[in-house]
Amino acid sequence: MQIPTGTQPGVEGAVLKADVRELDFYYGAFHALKRVSMPIHDHMVTSLIGPSGCGKSTLLRCFNRMHDLYPGNRYAGGGIVLYPDDTNLLAPEVDPIEVRMRISMVFQKPNPFPKSIYENVAYSLRVRGMRNKNELDDRVESALKGAALWSEVSNRLKELGANLSGGQQQRLCIARALASDPEIILFDEPTSALDPIATASIEELIIELKEKVTILIVTHNMQQAARISDFTAYMYLGEMVEFGVTDQLFIKPQKKATEDYITGRFG
Amino acid sequence: MTASAVLPSRPVPSASLGRGVSDRLRKKASRHVKERIIEALLFSAAAFSVFVTVAIVYVLVKESWVFFETVPLSDFLFDTQWTPLFDDAHYGIMVLLSGTLTSSGVALLVAIPLGTVIAIYLSEFAGFKVREIAKPFLELLGGVPTIVYGYFALTFLTPLLQKIYPDLPGFNLLSAGLVMGIMIIPYVASLSEDAMRAVPMALREGSYAMGATRLQTALWVVTPAAISGIASAYILGISRAVGETMILAVAAGMQPNLTFNPTEPGATITSYIVQVALGDLPHGSIGYQTIFAAGLTLLLMTLAFNLLGYWLKKRFREVY
Repeated sequence: MQIPTGTQPGVEGAVLKADVRELDFYYGAFHALKRVSMPIHDHMVTSLIGPSGCGKSTLLRCFNRMHDLYPGNRYAGGGIVLYPDDTNLLAPEVDPIEVRMRISMVFQKPNPFPKSIYENVAYSLRVRGMRNKNELDDRVESALKGAALWSEVSNRLKELGANLSGGQQQRLCIARALASDPEIILFDEPTSALDPIATASIEELIIELKEKVTILIVTHNMQQAARISDFTAYMYLGEMVEFGVTDQLFIKPQKKATEDYITGRFG
Repeated sequence: MTASAVLPSRPVPSASLGRGVSDRLRKKASRHVKERIIEALLFSAAAFSVFVTVAIVYVLVKESWVFFETVPLSDFLFDTQWTPLFDDAHYGIMVLLSGTLTSSGVALLVAIPLGTVIAIYLSEFAGFKVREIAKPFLELLGGVPTIVYGYFALTFLTPLLQKIYPDLPGFNLLSAGLVMGIMIIPYVASLSEDAMRAVPMALREGSYAMGATRLQTALWVVTPAAISGIASAYILGISRAVGETMILAVAAGMQPNLTFNPTEPGATITSYIVQVALGDLPHGSIGYQTIFAAGLTLLLMTLAFNLLGYWLKKRFREVY
């Protein structure tokens, strides 16, 4: 597939991890993403904001080819180039399972599997064929530590994941996503089902996680985007309105539409 | 300490507070009566089914009681012969039970694996169109009268099996059991599929997002999440197999035979009841009375399976 070149400039010193280039996407006949372009910088938090239905979750779910699960969805042009492979991960020749092995995801509502805490975290490793008990134990422990959950669950690993509180469940899902050492983790409004205290701990965790992975997060909460992200993209009606360094975008937006949204004049 | 212990006791709310009850707020007699009548109708509908169940159990227990006054329970349970119509009468239910268990075992060996695989395919792999076409066909399979299955076993499957295994008698538990399994597949498949489809999409997405394949998602996430529904489907299948009559009466031979070898002919509890009920044994004779004892045994077996199913459902109820 021919990838159109030319994208908005990033920031000096930042390394590109992925690059969305003039991406078009359809749900059946509905044109959900219209020539969307944006860079994703390595080991940075990039947030996608915009009103409901603007396409931010749709864009997020392109990154791990989640749309492939449902009939009628169509990547219609452009693509997402993943580095260092320099490959359009939406190309039909690309195996979505390989993509998901490297780009993991945390969902809006915590969705632990009906398994023990241990097996929830081990899942992404078992899927990769890992059988060695010691190796699994080590990886599960470090993933739970990475998700700041180890101290709370280390003595109850055999319990069902669903027995945890909402915030703990979401951290369990983060541990599950971390266990396989992904390069990018996608967060789809990860705190919208949580109370403020659980939200604060997840936000803290996301900031810590960027040491290890690149993070792309969809959020409804502009304060959250301002608090945790290095870059922010504002989308509206399937189009990328503005992309920039978070502080600049919030303090001095370049476009009137962005300013209207972040000042609460609409949305 | 409870709240009521702290609060001082107060009089019951009375109409003396305020200016009395206004006409708009007063209870309406007509509404009250109508509600009562509807409630009574609904109650009697529910009570009727309970009454019928109790009546059936009553008849079975009462008639079995007469039977057990003549035949000791130990003979019934441990005798290895079932010859109630002979002069030297024996009443060992084991003989019929072995036929029931053998044919049901064969049926379940067919129905449970195939039904589960079909359910997994329909729920997790088949496209929308395939599912919309395949499911009605599958359910049609469950609607075929069992007598037709019986003749299918006797006149088609048994001759076919005899080509592979020439010593197979014309009446045998194997072909009856196999056909019975085919009959049960739709129940197992359809109910298991319903249980799997009820698993929230969020769980599947979680699995796919970790890089799982369809098969891994189906076997490691969807099936465990649906296990209580799948267990219920199995239990229903077992109950159907144990209670199935016509296929066995037609194809299995109705000869009481203490065996767990499916290649032999045999009678089951159900086919024996048919045989006696259609025969010309006088009512009240001990031979006739046997069918109630056999029926009670059957009832207790299905009851046990239902309780097992209930327990499994509670034990493995998955939280998601």
